[in-house]
Amino acid sequence: MAAFIIRRLVQSLFVMFFVALVAFSMFRFVGDPVHQMVGIETSLEEREALRERLGLKDPVIVQFGNYIFKVATGDFGVSYQHKRPVSDMIAERLPATLELALISAVLSLVIGIPMGVYTGLNRDGFLSKLFLTVSLVGISLPTFLIGILLIFFFSVQLNILPSFGRGGVVDLGWWRTGFLTIDGWRALIMPSITLGLFQLTLIMRLVRAEMLEVLRTDYIKFARARGLTNRAVHFGHALKNTLVPVITITGLQLGSIIAFAIITETVFQWPGMGQMFLQAVQNVDIPIMAAYLMLIAFFFVVINLIVDLLYYVVDPRLRIDTGKGNGHG
Amino acid sequence: MRKSLLAVATAAALVGAFAAPSADAKTFKWAFQGDAQSLDPHSLNETFTLGLLGNVYEGLIRRGPELDIQPALAERWEILEPTKWRFYLRKGVKFHNGNDFNADDVLFTAERTAAEGSDLKTRLAGVKDIIKVDDHTVDFVTETPNPILHYEWATWYMMDKEWSDANGATAPTDVTGGKENYATRNANGTGPFVVQSRETDVRTVMVPNDSWWDAANKKHNLTEVILTPISSDATRVAALLSGEIDMMYPVPVQDMKRIDADANTSVLAGPELRTIFLGMDQTRDELLYSNVKGKNPFKDVRVREAFYRAVEIEAIKKKVMRGLSTPSAIMISPFLFEHAGEFQRLDYDPDKAEALLAEAGYPDGFEVGMDCPNNRYVNDEAICQAVVAMLAKVGVKVDLLAQPKAQYFAKVLAPKLDTSFYLLGWTPGSFDSWNVLFNLIGTPDSDSGRGKFNLGGFSNAKVDALTLEVLSETDAANRNAMIRDAFTELHNDRGYIPLHQQGLAWGKRANIDLAQRADNQFMLYYVTVN
Repeated sequence: MAAFIIRRLVQSLFVMFFVALVAFSMFRFVGDPVHQMVGIETSLEEREALRERLGLKDPVIVQFGNYIFKVATGDFGVSYQHKRPVSDMIAERLPATLELALISAVLSLVIGIPMGVYTGLNRDGFLSKLFLTVSLVGISLPTFLIGILLIFFFSVQLNILPSFGRGGVVDLGWWRTGFLTIDGWRALIMPSITLGLFQLTLIMRLVRAEMLEVLRTDYIKFARARGLTNRAVHFGHALKNTLVPVITITGLQLGSIIAFAIITETVFQWPGMGQMFLQAVQNVDIPIMAAYLMLIAFFFVVINLIVDLLYYVVDPRLRIDTGKGNGHG
Repeated sequence: MRKSLLAVATAAALVGAFAAPSADAKTFKWAFQGDAQSLDPHSLNETFTLGLLGNVYEGLIRRGPELDIQPALAERWEILEPTKWRFYLRKGVKFHNGNDFNADDVLFTAERTAAEGSDLKTRLAGVKDIIKVDDHTVDFVTETPNPILHYEWATWYMMDKEWSDANGATAPTDVTGGKENYATRNANGTGPFVVQSRETDVRTVMVPNDSWWDAANKKHNLTEVILTPISSDATRVAALLSGEIDMMYPVPVQDMKRIDADANTSVLAGPELRTIFLGMDQTRDELLYSNVKGKNPFKDVRVREAFYRAVEIEAIKKKVMRGLSTPSAIMISPFLFEHAGEFQRLDYDPDKAEALLAEAGYPDGFEVGMDCPNNRYVNDEAICQAVVAMLAKVGVKVDLLAQPKAQYFAKVLAPKLDTSFYLLGWTPGSFDSWNVLFNLIGTPDSDSGRGKFNLGGFSNAKVDALTLEVLSETDAANRNAMIRDAFTELHNDRGYIPLHQQGLAWGKRANIDLAQRADNQFMLYYVTVN
């Protein structure tokens, strides 16, 4: 098991390396950072000199090499725009994004799974039809539109929820949390719904489809024949067997929640990494873009690792034949 | 365990709830679409950064609500010789940390402004020597007579030598240094507000400076100011409407009606100093983006005039800018040049435009590529689209390439100058015409830096000669006459197509009073909360 984990973490280094390589080859097309760093009256010579000092005149491969070399020593560079170390900036922004992503994921699981089970069991119920119709909205409306609609309804019309920001945050020294104040929780409501709505819908529909599938299988019939209660059949046997795909999807989706919080964070002016990334793109702040993309790649690898480990927990079959489990080719 | 955590959380929440400010505290919350890049006053020459810092730092002079020059850290000044200015510093001024402001700080600031990494070197362009006469008197010696030496000094902010030395901030922030400069997130000015806390892009809190030298005349009644940048237009509007913030800018033009319609909010609109114009490549023998081969149609003044006459500026004002623009006939804001009223735009006349094109040898028009930014000026892309449609009416087929500013500027600015026809905006940093003549209209010349932003390479020897004279002419009437002559030359040559002064639009709650400056800098010391 330990070897497995270590192997995966080493793999993550390769993934990050390739993401950085792809990112660097694309940075040439995002524009010239120097024009974003100086005022309009700065002379051409000074612009050239700055370009030289930043190493932007070197061939891409040299720039990439220098960058990787520095990253290997733990130096992610200094933001062109903010003139601060990128690692500090990410450390400051990371808590906001992770808290938002966590609440969105919890929300989508806690609401999505029961809704999925319910609609799977009561296929023709009125509530099921309502859930399915509403979920269509969640899946078809773009995130920013949902966010703006929520803001206009709850902030502007009803004036009960804040339209932007994180509300009150408590600084624990290494982590700024919004979980400890009422303000912070109020500020979380709309962004986490906006961010989690798509996942919620997805999970609900997935659980529903899996439930329908599993309920038709023989072992469910046998379980019923054994005279087990509905509760035991539905939750003990049926739901448990739907969980493997649900875990896979949730894991992958958690990665995308973190990665694609960009839009939600921008709409709600949520001070997370996504918003920082978007501004970095607009300003061609290469150090921030590179570090962010590598970090997201790392998250995906780690989340996939956790998902794989969870399989062992929920599926006993994997635990039994780990030794010969590679035989499928 | 779980219970005790919950108790802590509840306690923290209660503290948060009850720590609300008392009734007479005047907290003013405002939002801009971005944040100042840095608190370092010499690292970026950009309106918002310098404007925000103008509440914390001060220059030797300052600008009033009407942009009039007022004494600030210098009480008065005089011109001893045409090339020698004497500034008498205000006595008794203290920095926020309690240090005295004196001549050494001016000399130190000058040195810092000239250092590597400084973006404000132009503030001291042409200054040969700075001499400390005594602790509160400083002489500036210039290479040539310069009547507008101090025009840009309202944003040339004085720093404390001792503070900078003690904190290793003697040079402006340099990104290549690899580490953070203390002055990036800490400020120590002489101004009316003190930075209390700063999280870049999230929240900046300022409180009034009780020992400000001009506290006796202060107009504001604020006790705390909170800036939260909100980049999304819709969210910024929503935050103002819901009362979470007291003021914000810019207001997107399509939301102006909505904000005005609400009894609690209103839009403050006025002309800005920025002139938006179209430029044409008049240098190359063949345009980079055109179906006309072997010659450059823009070298023909008739073609330039045809383009000028084909643009229906009133339609752009009404449809694209929703009234938030002032059509201009000249390349500088009428606010900044007293003879501006003597200039008139060429009339909109599509028939004449077609006739001119035919006369120039293009009876069926031609094709040309146009470059346009899409996130730099108010409705920039929409203006370009309107121009494309208007030119189509006279037979010119324009292929529009609208890009974000990062890509746009990399393409069109020198050294690439990779454009045939483009839209650009310009605000003279010195609020003076010479800046426009030198940067936009003078023939490009890499030695002197002239014509750096004359992307189309318009060239008129008479304008160049006048520009040189304007620089050192100290008689105001003569100077203005020469500026008028230069602008007249440009107008007759149809060197550029001026479009309009774009408008400023600030949104505020009804209980806020403030002064709107045409340079789009927001001075907190004019704000009162009622």
